[in-house]
Amino acid sequence: MTTLTIDHVSRWFGNVVAVNDVTMEIGPGVTGLLGPNGAGKSTLIHMMSGFLAPSSGTVTLDGRTIWRNEQSYREIGLVPERESMYDFLTGAEFVVANAELHGLADPGAAARRALDTVEMTAAQDRKISTYSKGMRQRVKMASALVHEPSVLLLDEPFNGMDPRQRLHLMDLLRQMGADGRTVLFSSHILEEVEQLAHHIEVVVAGRHAASGDFREIRRLMTDRPHRYLIRSSDDRALAAALIADASTSGIELDVRERALRVQAVDFRGFTELLPRVAKDAGIRLFEVSPSDESLESVFSYLVAA
Amino acid sequence: MYINATVARLTLRGVLGRRRTALLVILPVLLVVIAAAVQAMTDVEDRTIRDVLAGFAVGTVVPLVGVIAGTGTIGPEIDDGSIVYLLSKPVSRFKIILTKLLVAASVTLTFAAVPTFIAGLVLAGADGQVAVAYGLAAVVASIAYSSIFLLLGVVTRHAVVVGLVYALVWEGLFCGLIEGARTLSVLQWSLSLAERIAGDDVVDASVALPVAGVLLVVVTCAATWFAGHRLRSFTLAGEN
Repeated sequence: MTTLTIDHVSRWFGNVVAVNDVTMEIGPGVTGLLGPNGAGKSTLIHMMSGFLAPSSGTVTLDGRTIWRNEQSYREIGLVPERESMYDFLTGAEFVVANAELHGLADPGAAARRALDTVEMTAAQDRKISTYSKGMRQRVKMASALVHEPSVLLLDEPFNGMDPRQRLHLMDLLRQMGADGRTVLFSSHILEEVEQLAHHIEVVVAGRHAASGDFREIRRLMTDRPHRYLIRSSDDRALAAALIADASTSGIELDVRERALRVQAVDFRGFTELLPRVAKDAGIRLFEVSPSDESLESVFSYLVAA
Repeated sequence: MYINATVARLTLRGVLGRRRTALLVILPVLLVVIAAAVQAMTDVEDRTIRDVLAGFAVGTVVPLVGVIAGTGTIGPEIDDGSIVYLLSKPVSRFKIILTKLLVAASVTLTFAAVPTFIAGLVLAGADGQVAVAYGLAAVVASIAYSSIFLLLGVVTRHAVVVGLVYALVWEGLFCGLIEGARTLSVLQWSLSLAERIAGDDVVDASVALPVAGVLLVVVTCAATWFAGHRLRSFTLAGEN
């Protein structure tokens, strides 16, 4: 049982606050660190992996400070986001070197196990410089797993992986979580997190926006006011029909755009209401598009919630 | 143990990449060719020996090879972020620096000190102490330069440029023109050892050997310690 504790941690770079008074505890199992690009996810992972000192607060692993504590790497495996590796080595040489640096008794056997786990045995004797992005990612995984760490930190691990590799890595991380290891991965893609982590930590603009069960947070995200742009064969009649229902909280007739701007408060109710109302009134829908579905707006809602 | 064999192996393979090896070979070959040409075409005088071995070998080849080897043992890894794979291990950062210093010094000795000794033999023959004197001066200069340029590789992303400015402008220009500046010259410190061995006819050093010896040790140790200290605080740039 290994627990990462982030206690009132802030990190600023000059005048820019990258992480603002974040407190969270990452325990055994798979945790998703979710947030839009630039939210502070990598900064948090760098602090958790001992590659960045907090400006204030503490980051500890089972009570021991990680910053400037090389011994903590006996328990931590890190998969960094950057792709640069020792390109002049083969995949096998690279993983063996990582095993040797960990001081393992049989580095060759440990490397073979790790490469087998990530299904890279067939390509292990090729130079890393010849690897695709997905292969590099898997060798990075193997190097992080070679000493069987109790904590695995992964910064955007699914970048560049094809769907099959992605599913394989998800299975692997799930298995590690089920084995009682502490697995934390960052992502800005909601669906990735949804498939893998039950527990998520959401960061937005350096602040800890939400923490807990994924479904609960997803519901919060889904239930926020949604805005749509709708074009139809009769915008005024459609507006009158929609506003009569409680799932719609506001409608604007945009004369210049020749469209309706609709704000819905009940996402599910509205998605059922709109086609039904249009059909009953004999109105043809030409366009229905969400106007605030960017991840940033979804996450920002959590901050305010 | 103060050295890590895996770090040494990775560092050596990295620093002896194809392009860097070509750069490392050009200067010593040029040195030996120049020494052979001078020996063949002229009567070798003490001044000629000083010009070739002090001015070009220890004064130019050693620092330039030192820049390539010293910064090359760590600078590229820091630049591209691959150093993370070394640092995320239960290995002391000071041990990593000591290992990289050993590799940098070995490369500089091989590609600068040994050719200096060979050039000394070509110019002055096996008689006398000229080759040994300049060879040993190149050895101590190689170690000192390696530590300085390794430190530059840790503290700045422009280590090669800063190293070249230091080697060419400070050591080459200022210390040549300004008498007082020579007290702070690795070249002059190492030449004081050569002067003690071969005499002041063929070596002209501006710093007394005891002072030079102390400064060489202090600078080498301080640069190595500071590099290790900075590596302990190595920081990954965030997404912000």
